[in-house]
This record gives sequence, C-alpha cells and structure tokens, in this order.
Amino acid sequence: MKISVQAEDFDLGAEVRKISGEKTVGAVASFVGVVREVPMTLEHYPGMTEAAIRKIVDEAAARWKVTDCSVIHRYGALQPGDQIVLVAVASAHRGDAFAACEFVMDYLKTQAPFWKKEHRAEGAQWVEARAADDQAAERWQDGSRKKAG
Amino acid sequence: MKVKVLFFAGLREQLGTPGEEIELPGGVTTVAALRSHLRGRGGPYEKAFSDKALVRTAVNQDMVQPAARIKAGDEVAFFPPVTGG
Repeated sequence: MKISVQAEDFDLGAEVRKISGEKTVGAVASFVGVVREVPMTLEHYPGMTEAAIRKIVDEAAARWKVTDCSVIHRYGALQPGDQIVLVAVASAHRGDAFAACEFVMDYLKTQAPFWKKEHRAEGAQWVEARAADDQAAERWQDGSRKKAG
Repeated sequence: MKVKVLFFAGLREQLGTPGEEIELPGGVTTVAALRSHLRGRGGPYEKAFSDKALVRTAVNQDMVQPAARIKAGDEVAFFPPVTGG
C-alpha cells in the first residue's frame, strides 16, 4: 500500500504497474483528478494528511478484497490540466477494485485535510466544501452502496 | 494546562496566524469549550468561531466532534471543511 503526499507530478502507468505484480491480481481500477480551468494552490496538514489517507485505505481493505493500492495527492501550486490526485486499486476481480477505488476517492474528499485556493482574475479565493461531496461519502455508510445522486 | 493550537487555510488567513501554544483556564477540557474560549478573544476570533462558522477540529491529527476531550500537550487543529481530491 503506497500513500504519498507530494508536490511532484506522478505517472499513472508506473503506479498501476507497481501494484499489478501479484499473480492474483486480475483487475486494477484507477482514478485521476485533474485541475479544471482555474490555477490553484493546495494546502494540507502535514502528518495528519498521511494518517487520514491511511485510515481510509485500511477501511477500504476491510470492506473489499484489495491486493494492493496506491494513493498520491499533490499539494502546492497547480495549473489547469495538472494532475492532482491518483487512486489505484488492484484486486482479483473488477467489482472489488471499482468499489474500493470509488470509496477511497469519496472519503478522501471529506476526510483528508486538504484545502484548495483558486487564483482567479478577480482575486484568490478558498474553495467551499460541497454538500454533494458529503453525500457521496455518506452513501457508503449503510453498508449497501446507493447510486450517486 | 497548555495545548498547541493550529489553524489552517482560510481560518489561518482570517486569524493572521498559523497557531500558537496557549495556556487554558481550568474548565476548558473539551473542543467545544476551547472554541468558546477562542471566540471570547473577540476581533477576528469572534467571527471565526461563531456558532454559524463551519469549523472542523482534529485532536492529535484525528478528526473529532465538539464533545471530544482535550488534555495537556494535545495538538488541536481548527480548519474549514476540507476540499481536496
């Protein structure tokens, strides 16, 4: 299980190869978040960030059969088109890989201490949390996953 | 007792400091009590820790609810709802 909070960019292909080595792996599901049109700066809480992601990954591994996974989240100054976050999950079958990958992403959005500040022409502004992100995380709580709204 | 208080993101900017060590009066033993203690400082603290303000708290780097207890030496971080991913 790899967890990295870093300023540097990452390579999806390389990360997928790193977690696909086991002979029992039959599926790798991955998600990459990308900066849309506005440049931004990402702040985080060093120490807590890694611990919070570790907790989310452990919870995913307790719910689904996860052979290996990689979570990378960047911080610092990012430009439109830059990659922000990577979640890749390797499993025997796609069902576990897809579900665990989506679960980690949904929880990361509401539990990992990152904050985005957008730099628009009219000035810099902190991004406000979205209720939709809370709802996406909450739908995992009753055990059976509901469809995203 | 003494605790280390940290502020992040918009809250840090609003208060003009990343945090400090503070000596708490007796009776301030929960996150909620610490919030009202900070609110009582007035100025930017009054607004930042008002009942309406969406402030999240972590004690020793673990997210907690307002009823959570704090003890001497704890690291108590306050921040807005997170927006990563």
